[in-house]
Amino acid sequence: MTISAFPPGALLILGAMLLPFGGPRTRTALMLGLPLATLWVVWNLPDGASATIAVFNYELILVRSDALGRLFAIIFSLMAFAGFLFALRQRSTLELVAAMTYAGGAVGVALAGDFVTLFVFWEIMALASSTIVFSAGGRQSTKVAMRYFQVHMAGGALLLSGILVHVTAGGSITFDSVDTNTLGGALILAGVLLNAAAPPVSAWLPDAYPEASYSGMVFLSAFTTKAAVYALIRGFPGTEILIWIGLFMIFYGIIYALLENDMRRILAYSIVNQVGFMVVGVGIGTEMALNGAAAHAFAHIIYKALLLMSAGAVLYQTGKRKCTDLGGLFQSMPVTTVCGIIGALSISSFPWTSGFVSKSMINDAAGHEHLAFTWFLLMAASAGVFLHAGIKFPWFVFFQKDSGLRSPDPPWNMRFAMIFFAALCIGLGIWPQPLYMLLPFPVAYEPYTAAHVVNMLQLLMFSGLAFFLMLPLMRRTLTITLDVDWIYRRLAPIIVRRCAAITLELNARARHTMLQIHSEVAKLTRNWYGENSKLGGVQTVGSTIAIALFVFAIILLWDLFTA
Amino acid sequence: MISAHLPALQVVIPLLAAPACVVVRQSTLTWLLALLVSWISFAIALTLLVQTFFNGPMSYELGGWAAPLGIEYAVDVVNAFVLVIVSGVSSVVLISAKESIERETHIKRTHLVYTGWLLCLTGLLGITITGDVFNVFVFLEIASLSSYLLVSLGPDRRALTAAFQYLVMGTIGATFILIGVGLLYMMTGTLNMADLAQRIPGVAQTTTVRAGFAFLVLGISLKAAVFPLHYWLPNAYTFAPSAVTAFMAGSATKVSIYLLLRFFFDIFSETFSLRTMRLDLILLILGVIAIFSMSLVAIYQSNVKRMLAYSSVAQVGYMVIGISLATTTGLTAGIVHLFNHALMKCALFLALGCIVFRLNSVDLKDLAGVGRRMPWTMAAFVIGGLSLIGVPATVGFISKWYLVLAALERDWWWLAFMVVASSLLAVIYIWRVVETAYFKTGPVANTEEAPLILLVPTWVLIVANIYFGVSAVDTISFATRAADQLLSTF
Repeated sequence: MTISAFPPGALLILGAMLLPFGGPRTRTALMLGLPLATLWVVWNLPDGASATIAVFNYELILVRSDALGRLFAIIFSLMAFAGFLFALRQRSTLELVAAMTYAGGAVGVALAGDFVTLFVFWEIMALASSTIVFSAGGRQSTKVAMRYFQVHMAGGALLLSGILVHVTAGGSITFDSVDTNTLGGALILAGVLLNAAAPPVSAWLPDAYPEASYSGMVFLSAFTTKAAVYALIRGFPGTEILIWIGLFMIFYGIIYALLENDMRRILAYSIVNQVGFMVVGVGIGTEMALNGAAAHAFAHIIYKALLLMSAGAVLYQTGKRKCTDLGGLFQSMPVTTVCGIIGALSISSFPWTSGFVSKSMINDAAGHEHLAFTWFLLMAASAGVFLHAGIKFPWFVFFQKDSGLRSPDPPWNMRFAMIFFAALCIGLGIWPQPLYMLLPFPVAYEPYTAAHVVNMLQLLMFSGLAFFLMLPLMRRTLTITLDVDWIYRRLAPIIVRRCAAITLELNARARHTMLQIHSEVAKLTRNWYGENSKLGGVQTVGSTIAIALFVFAIILLWDLFTA
Repeated sequence: MISAHLPALQVVIPLLAAPACVVVRQSTLTWLLALLVSWISFAIALTLLVQTFFNGPMSYELGGWAAPLGIEYAVDVVNAFVLVIVSGVSSVVLISAKESIERETHIKRTHLVYTGWLLCLTGLLGITITGDVFNVFVFLEIASLSSYLLVSLGPDRRALTAAFQYLVMGTIGATFILIGVGLLYMMTGTLNMADLAQRIPGVAQTTTVRAGFAFLVLGISLKAAVFPLHYWLPNAYTFAPSAVTAFMAGSATKVSIYLLLRFFFDIFSETFSLRTMRLDLILLILGVIAIFSMSLVAIYQSNVKRMLAYSSVAQVGYMVIGISLATTTGLTAGIVHLFNHALMKCALFLALGCIVFRLNSVDLKDLAGVGRRMPWTMAAFVIGGLSLIGVPATVGFISKWYLVLAALERDWWWLAFMVVASSLLAVIYIWRVVETAYFKTGPVANTEEAPLILLVPTWVLIVANIYFGVSAVDTISFATRAADQLLSTF
């Protein structure tokens, strides 16, 4: 048994079990050491399948290393390292154990060579991530964690049934591209898409993630959706419907983020939006697009974690999370501000940041394939991203009015984690070659052409201008309402309002009916199966004998008169 | 050579040790004796399993009388597997039984528990090992009478009525089996199983054999607690001493399911039982109703022991469904679930035994907050519960996986769906316990964790739940071999 025969994800999962037992020093060493050790193992994995075991009649490939899987495993372990550096002061052991298991699950997914292994790690991730939400404490997070868990169990059920159907229909158990025209393929796709927060079930993400603790959300942002993107790249490249799903996610994320007031919920919506770009890339399915999707996932994990670290730092220092309560923090939290801005520029794919070198690959892939409509929407969305995440987040949190808060920068470990990721954002932006070398397909792509840069700068400048011109409108997002009229003003404000009213009315009625049906059903099942019912209650000896004889009579008649 | 006599020793040792317990009377000594005997039985069963797996079936002539006239003990992979389950469950549970039984039973009667226990073990092992249908009835009566005794020794006075109901229903079941055996004897003139299997096809079309078949179906289904003949089970399980419940849950219904397999696949051939008499249809319908209705009933129970009892009836449903599919995969699913369900239910009931030991109650409302006070016990309960639900990396998953595969093999999508959907019901009733134990606060402030001697056997079973869930190769290969053998018939 060599080191490569041991799944690197298990290193983190088993290591997580040790966390509760060590003293503070051991714990710190484990939290920082284990991700680095995993990174080292992943980096040195030879190509091809290793660590196979036979279960049932199948050969399971616990570890299969190729460029694509390794790229994701690398960024997952890197993310785990920075995340734990950020979370060193987290007092909830439960959250830390869950986070490490979660990271291990993600690494396991990225290296899983067959569907069964994939599913097992997939479920580990679901369980661990729910625990992270749960461990934030309080009634709200317990409820949210339950909701989150149920959604993911449903997703797991879809995935598992898909795998079963796929395998029994004669499909290979090896995790490779799957035909979506078969029932099995479609079910697997649905299960994976659910984890990618695709419509119509995108809401679980912004519902649950912001309820996690200041450090919990950093972990949550990185793994679940990106593992799903990985599974999409591996299993469903070039599936056309993904383009439309991805575009929907992009605009869903932008619109809701613009309306949102909670800084971390803004960032949660922007996860949906960014994953949308990757899903579009997978849908286009050319080598360049897949490269783009993979690179974008890589870059996205870094800058989204960076953004959430800066938001988490603000939450940790001030205890506030609403844009309306924040503002002016740049004076007292300079490091956090600068790092937040770097993250914001990256997510807006500003030239010389990591977002630029990855997202432009997806955009250009759309252009190369002459998907004019898609390309146009992607460009429009790029402007939208700048609006909601690139400017809105830093502006309302760090600048805007002076809220009077004078919290200092967070402790050293959180600062270091932010600076580390900020440096990566800039570094990858200026020298993209190392990232390009890790991509699944050979890259012949030069992001820094004059046209690109100018094009992007123009786009960003105009949307920036638009933001500040419309600042009074943006401010109206103090309350959480259906007040979306500023978007639709030129279209038909009245219709929108009427529609909203009707929807609300219908929703209320539907809800009422649902509740009524629910209570009726509950009453009925209780009557049938409750403790005092015929089935669930205590029976007298006489009636049990009667039942037995009745059954006997039926069996006897059946046996005598069949055939 | 002692190894040649292993099949006889399997039954004789516990049989002789039982009266010795009455003579000894002293609580600890009887316990030690029972423990020793049970482990010896377990060792014998394991040896038999290994021997039959590698060397093929063995036959043992009791008293040296040759087979058709004398009583034959016939050991093959199918019943060796069940022997291992029964004696293994008994051995592990007995470790914890001392503390638990001394707490729940009057000290003057504890030796009766071990006597009953050993007799019950004798009966169950005898039913399993024998190759003679009348002998089946004899051992069935030994096992049944002693288990009525065991149930009646429960701490609550309601144990007496529960035992009475169990007695009435059990006697009906045994009588029906006796009548069935008698009818078969009338037509074939033999009681030996192998002999019966050869002679029945000649008289299969007679009304007598068909009536005998019906009597056997009902008798065995009653003993196996197949829905809707399960009414004796919830009360018996609820009011018996905790250790006895754990023992019975892991062995008694399992042996009845084995009888079902033996009678309807070997003695009556699979073609006769399933193709001609369409027993598969009856079992399938009852099984599907059982997995839903009994899980729903379990959800509404306020007594956790009772809840698990109903869940057992539902689980019997899964086994019966697997058997009714009558394919290698289906039978494998049913047989492997025999083993797996013994592991999980036994672990869960032992965990409940720990709770009873400290709280004297298994009412859901009294469990509020117990998760913090008894972390190891409740952790065991949670893992056992996950196994019951069928979460991957537990034995429950293996069972469900094979059952779903078997359903898909026959292109019965609806069945696969129902199996998965019904296991969601298990999520609900397990979750109710978890929620109460961990998220509610209650007056359990000064409860301590259960003593080690109760915890260790519980955790041994929990670890087994995970071990056999991760590396299921052995159990599956035994079960597959058993299934193949049953389908080929001898």
